[in-house]
Formats: sequence, C-alpha cells, structure tokens
Amino acid sequence: MEVRFKLNGKEEEVTTEPYLRLIDLLRDYFNLTGTKEGCGVGECGACTVLINGRAVNSCLVLAGQIEGSEILTIEGLANGEILDPLQKNFLLHGAIQCGFCTPGMVLSASALLDKNPDPTEEEIKDAIAGNLCRCTGYKQIINAVKETAKEINSASKPF
Amino acid sequence: MNKEFSVVGKPVIREDGIDKITGRAKFADDYKFPGMLHAVMLRIPSAHAKINSIDFSAVESDESLVSIITADDVHGAKKVGMIKNDQPIFCNEKVVTPGDVLAMLVGESEAKLHELVKKIKVDFTPLPLLIDPRKSLEPDAVLIHPEEGSNLIFHHPLRKGNIEKGFAESDFVLEQTYSTQLIEHSYLEPEAVVAIPLETSLGVKVIGSIQNPFTARRFVAEVLDFPLSKVRIQQAHLGGSFGGKDDIMCILSARAAIAAMKINRPVKIRYTREESILESYKRHPYVLNYKVGYNKSGKIQAMKIDILADGGAYASMSPFVTWRTVVQATGPYEIENVHTDVRAVYTNNPYTGAMRGFGSPQPIFAQESLMDEIAVRLSMTPDEIRKVNGYKSGSITATGQKLQNHEVNLLTVLETAEENTDFRKKWVENKKDKSQLIEYDFSSPIINETQFISPDRLIKKGIGLAVSFRGCSLGAEGTDAASAYISIQNDGSVYLDCGLAENGQGLRTTYSIIAAEVFGISIDQIIYLELDTGITPDSGPTVASRATLMGGGAVKATAEILRKRLEELMRNEWNLKSDDEIVFQNNQVLITNHQSPITFKDICKLAYQRGVSLATIGWYKSPSVGWDEHVGQGDAYFTYVYGCQVAEVRVNIATGEIYVDKVTAVHDAGKVINMLGAMGQVYGGVTQGAGYGIFEEVTTDKGFIRELNFDQYTIPTSKDIGEIDPIFVEGKDIYGPWGAKSLGEPTLELTASAISNAVYNAVGKRFFKLPLNLEEVLLSKKLRPEDLKRGSK
Ligand code: FES
Ligand code: FES
Repeated sequence: MEVRFKLNGKEEEVTTEPYLRLIDLLRDYFNLTGTKEGCGVGECGACTVLINGRAVNSCLVLAGQIEGSEILTIEGLANGEILDPLQKNFLLHGAIQCGFCTPGMVLSASALLDKNPDPTEEEIKDAIAGNLCRCTGYKQIINAVKETAKEINSASKPF
Repeated sequence: MNKEFSVVGKPVIREDGIDKITGRAKFADDYKFPGMLHAVMLRIPSAHAKINSIDFSAVESDESLVSIITADDVHGAKKVGMIKNDQPIFCNEKVVTPGDVLAMLVGESEAKLHELVKKIKVDFTPLPLLIDPRKSLEPDAVLIHPEEGSNLIFHHPLRKGNIEKGFAESDFVLEQTYSTQLIEHSYLEPEAVVAIPLETSLGVKVIGSIQNPFTARRFVAEVLDFPLSKVRIQQAHLGGSFGGKDDIMCILSARAAIAAMKINRPVKIRYTREESILESYKRHPYVLNYKVGYNKSGKIQAMKIDILADGGAYASMSPFVTWRTVVQATGPYEIENVHTDVRAVYTNNPYTGAMRGFGSPQPIFAQESLMDEIAVRLSMTPDEIRKVNGYKSGSITATGQKLQNHEVNLLTVLETAEENTDFRKKWVENKKDKSQLIEYDFSSPIINETQFISPDRLIKKGIGLAVSFRGCSLGAEGTDAASAYISIQNDGSVYLDCGLAENGQGLRTTYSIIAAEVFGISIDQIIYLELDTGITPDSGPTVASRATLMGGGAVKATAEILRKRLEELMRNEWNLKSDDEIVFQNNQVLITNHQSPITFKDICKLAYQRGVSLATIGWYKSPSVGWDEHVGQGDAYFTYVYGCQVAEVRVNIATGEIYVDKVTAVHDAGKVINMLGAMGQVYGGVTQGAGYGIFEEVTTDKGFIRELNFDQYTIPTSKDIGEIDPIFVEGKDIYGPWGAKSLGEPTLELTASAISNAVYNAVGKRFFKLPLNLEEVLLSKKLRPEDLKRGSK
C-alpha cells in the first residue's frame, strides 16, 4: 500500500506492507536509527516517536496507521546544528549514560513540555514513566526537564 | 608542583553526548553493510536433553535460506569459556539449559528465518533435571558436565584463627540463613553483533555491543583457529552492560564470525528482548548460612560462613565472582576467628556470571541484616554495633591483610551518613511505634476486628543502613595492568585511546578529563579514538570497577611521559634553570621568571619542528597482591573503598507495599575525577540496588524463565524510587590517578540491605530472602504456584 505522511518536516510517500511496524519503516527504510528497539512490546519506550505531537511507541504502530500524520523522530528535533533546549539540558545535567533510552526519553519529555510548559515533578515522572532507563536512575533526566521548563517560562515572560 | 585542579572534579559534559542526544550515535544494530545477512538461532524446549539428530530437510531447499551453521562448521575450539572451556558454541550432543543453541540459519530476511526455524525437527531424549543447587553436590546428582567429574564449579575456603575457640569464648551465638534471587542485567539495548569477512590475509572484523573487545577477540580467534592478529573487534556504542555483555557477546561474536567466514558475506545477529533474557547470563542466586559468636559488648568473636552459589549451566565467571565473596563475606568487620566456605555449583538453570556488584550484594544482605539483628538483641543502635567492630586504619581483614596505604574511611562514611540523615534519632522513634504488619491468617481468611486500622496508621516509616568495604580492581584474580595511547598533533590537539572499553558509564569522558588536566588544556582539545583491537593494546576487561583506577592511571602516566618531553624541550630551547617551574594551564605553558606565557599549541609545533616525538603508549601496573587458595589468606586487593547507605522507607502494613522515600549514599571512592559522571553512577547504582531489593526477580520453571520481557520482569521506572542524595568522602590513596578509585559497583551493593533494615525498623519484622516484594513482606513466602506460568506467555 501507499502511505503519505510528514517525517521530520518533510513530505514522504512510501510503498509498503500495511503490517510493517513503524519502527522498522523508520530504521530500515529511512535509516533513521536514532529510534531504538528495547522490547518490541510497548514496555520500554526506547522506540518513542512523536505522532502529531503525541509520544507513541513506534513498535506498536503499523505503517498503515500513519497515513496523513506528522512524525517527529530524534533526528528531527534539533534545528540544524542548534540543539533543542531539552537536548542541551540533557547534556548539561548528565542525563545521558549509555544513551540507548535517550532519544525516546527526550521525545517523551518534549511532548510533555509542548502541552504543559510548567510541569510539576510528579507530572514529569508521569510523562517519562513509560520510558525505561537502566543507567541513570532518572534523577538527572528529571532535572534536565525541570531546567528546560524553567528556561521556557522565563523566556516567555514579558520582562 | 601544586596547582588547583582545572578540569578534574568539575562537572564536564560527556564527550559522546552530542551524538547520543541527536540520535547519531551508532549502536551495534545500527550498522548495516551491503550484502549483509541475518542469523537466527535454533533451540529446543528442554533444559536438559541428549540430542539424537537434527532434521533440516524441511528447510534445506528453501530459497530464503543461504546457509545452515552447525557445530561441524566450527574449525577451532568447539567449546569456549571465560575461565573453563565448558560452553559449546553450538550444542550438537546435548543441551544443558533452555538458552542453548543447536544451530543457526542464515539468510537475507530475519522474518523468514524465524518461520523456517520452527520447521526444523530435532529428535532429543530428555535427561533428568537438576534445578535445586542444594542438590548439586549430592552423590546421586545428575552431572551437568560429566567430563568435569562433579557439579562443583569452584570451592573457596578461608580459615583464620580458631573458630571453635572463638565460639567458646562468645557470650552469645546466632545462626541464620539468607537467600538472594536470580536477576537480569536489563541493559536496555539487547545483544547485537555483525561480523565482516576481510581480505584473506586480514581475517575477520566484528562490530558489536561488546563489553570487553579483547575477550571477544580471544573467543573468535579460538573458534576460527585464527591468530589473534587476524581478528579485529570494534566496539559500537554500548547500550548498557553492567557486566552483562561479556561472555554472551563473545559467543555471539564467534557465531557471527563463523558464518561470515563460511559464506564470505557480513552476518548480523541481533536478539529480541525475549532471546536476550533467555540466553544471557544473570546474577547468581545465593544461599548463605551465617553463624556468629559475639560478646555482651557487641564485639564479634567468631564467624562461620557457608555460601552456595547457583552457577547455572556454565562456569562463566563463577570462580571469580565467588572469590570476591569469600574475601568480603564477613563485611568490613575485624574478626579474629573466621571460617568460610564458598562454593559455586552447576545446575540446569540459566547460567550466571558477572554483574555489577560481582559477588558482593549477596553477602552484604546477609552480614548487614545480621549486624542489625545483633544490635537489637543487645539493645544497641545499628551504628553502635558497627563502630565496635568496623575496620579502622591498621585493621586485619578476614584474609589476614593489614589495611594500610590508604585512608580507612569506614567509620567516616558511617558518621557522615548518620549526620546527614539524623539516623539515630529517627531509628529510635520509628522503633517505638509498635503497630505491626497485618499478617494474613490462612486458617480464618476473615479479617477480625483487631485487624482494622485507621488509614492514617497504615503507613509506617523506617530507616536503615548498610556499610561495606570493597577491594578495588581485579586483586589476586589476575595480573592487573592497563595501557593508554596518546598522540599530540602539531596544532596542540590530542588523540587519546585506552585499552579499557567504554561501557556506557562515561569512562572515555573521565579519561579525557585526566589527559586535559595533565596538559593543562581544555577538554574539547581531546579526541577520543574508537577502541579497535587492531590498534589499541590489551588492557584487560572493564570489570571490577577498575576503569578509573587502572585505565585512569594509564592515561595519566602516558600523558605525563609526553609532558616531560615537552618540559625537556623547553629547558633545552631556552636554557632554563633547574628550579624554573613550568606550569601547564589554560591552554598555555607558564615558565617562572619568563614574562609571557606560550600557548600549548606553539610548544607542540616547536616539538614537531625539533623532531621530538609526541606519541607514546604508557602503562599502569597495579602493585602485586598475593593469595594462598588453600586457606584463603593473603593481600587480596591493593586498596579498598568504603561506603554507607541509609534508606528511608514507608511501608503499608496492610498491603506490604514498600516505598523508598530517600537513599543517602555516602561513598569514599577516592578523588572524584568526573563529578557529573560520579553522581550519575550513584543515582543509577542505587536505583538498580533498590530494584534488586524490592521487586526484581527472574523465576524459573524446570529451568525455563517465566519473565522474558519487561512486561513481566519489572525494573524501576521514574516513579518507583524517591530522592537520592550522593555524598562523596574523598579519602586519600597513594594509588590511582590523584587517588581516584572505584564507584560504580559500591553504589549498587548496599541499597537492598539498607532497605531491608529500614523495613525492619518500620514493622519489626526481619527478612531473610530478597526481594522484599509484597508477598514476602506480608506472608513471608512466594505466592506463585511453582508449576504454572504467569502472564501472557
Ligand atoms: S521497543 Fe517499543 S516500547 Fe520497547
Ligand atoms: S542511559 Fe542507558 S538506558 Fe538510559
């Protein structure tokens, strides 16, 4: 079947089997290997991408389901060489160790901040509760998200 | 020359951070090559069986099949192993655990191969199962590896003083049995590897999520019967390891290499989570018997310890894991009479090997539970009993080693933890509150009136602590040396490489910091080279928390060789007096009595013009240690680190649920080189330790693992663990770069024990089995029926 969708800001059209998983489409067809597979059953969040702004496990989505949607992967988050503030703060706060969970984690956090720019610590924990990380114990990740929220809010204040 | 540190101990961003945060970093499964094939494993549903025959006829002529790889394709060693060669690359005679692989199908489409593999018919005869390690050494036990003559993998005895006399002189004797569970590393990236055939004279190249490239190279060379120089291993970014991507990755590398060489095309093996959990090794479950004699004052007179470790189907690292156990089994307490036996045995269970902590979390659970129990019996507080017995400078360990040449900071970390948590006050308060767990009465399942409790009394608070000492690096397990390579370019930028492989924890950043500090340059001037066994000298494995100490030592030594060359050049060039000081700082070189500083870059350029070589390999070798294996006596490790963790918990006395509110982790890891990295080690280690303490467990049914994915095997999420407060006590040490030692493992080993002691403080009930899940807390037993599978599988 033919599927049309927007991928990292660019219109794409591919011919594919309808039951191909989105993660395979991204990794194998588009070579966007920043999206990782940790479990294949929707439990680890390593495969998280944004579909129309919502964080979704791409291992649970089939190619046939993405017609007309807008997809953002980790490769599309930075603006050229300029990092997204979340990416910058992940670096500054030591929120990355092995980095395997990182793309999914950043995208889940990004979806949160888009709809709730001033989250409480509990809301941050909820937003990333579906993203497992075995290395960091989550603390530095939570700090990075908090700091980004702070920056967004002080930038949007009028003074 | 004394100067303040410029980079060491400051928060520094990871050198590989940008690639990881943008998705550019390549992990093993992200590598693709033209003509690359996939391989899929053939297994049978049995934990112990004799293979009579394998019938491939249903798949042989299928067009999606390129090749079948079996034991017949192994031209070199048929069996491999970390210490004993007891593990077949392909099992053609029998399987001894469900993860065992009989053969491999190779083809273009992984999906097609998965279909094909189901059609292969294997004729096998089930053999008697050995599941309970306590039966392994019984005379009529079935032998897992008959050629070994026994199911004993290894026995470590330790004898110090006179145990009978010690007990006779004790006022009290206490005997307890503890047990700990099988757990999974749960690195987030499943195993993946690709082998690429090179031109004939060059051999084969393997890229993979490999923890220790030099070990993988040895395995591949052995099975191919190649010289080491014809096997090149390149480490991809590693998606977590925690000790878990060693033997399993060496074996997968070997399988992929066999196929690649046979077919002459690149071959990739990548595991699903289910296969990863099924085949990879795990943490040893232990059964620990402790008998302790002590006096009214709390002084321990004698300790008799008998420990049994389930090694599963293969020896793997069991001999070394249990060796650390025998050295540290008494805990950091000075005891005159010690009698310890640690045995690892074979069973048909999943095999067990290295995992962060490496034989220490298990005895710590036993010994720290015991210390608290003795304290309560003597009406002492947990810190008092530890102060009576804890190591001080000059103390003699159970192995007869005198602790010297470093600050013995056990009591310092304990006191620091106490002060920061107000430990004693909280412990006494919590203990006064006498409401107990609501125990379930099986004979009358109706809740009676006395069991009703107002909701505000349902939650009870508890605080508990645990302390440990830990030998750094390999100790008497093996010779211990590491090397580094540094090459300074004529523009002042620096190439750095170290033979110790990055495991995801950030050691390349730590090494870059060390080199930057020695040269007085900023860290962005350092380019870290990919580890490639074809170029980098072997430095042994990244295990035993030896990376900072040994690898860091090598980087510092190497950088200092080159700095000396630069200093000599300057002394000759400008006829400096011998007492003229040269300081490398802020990308510049300052010379006392000389007006203007010179840039590091200009000095390097000058060296180039004068023909001074600015590339070298340097070594760091540990001081020698000694060991008498018959009595378990000797200087086991050349230095030690000390830690104390305090856990504060809330326990729901109706459901048994535990919530960890806060863990204060005080560690003397020596000098902290990489502050952000060190904090990350503590947060991550404590969280893993808490998972070990309260919910993680791999259960098996006739050797088969029930929890094959994260829907059933639960690891901590962002919501499970409360606050973590890392505190570093930087004790002085003559070894390591500026006295830096180890941190990664100590952070994990204490948490479960601290939590268990805290739960005791909350509800007055002592636990003897990990993990402290709901059933254990409330009912003191596991509810799962032993013969049923749980969950969706
Ligand atoms: S791979 Fe999709 S949730 Fe784990
Ligand atoms: S950084 Fe390794 S899993 Fe999160």
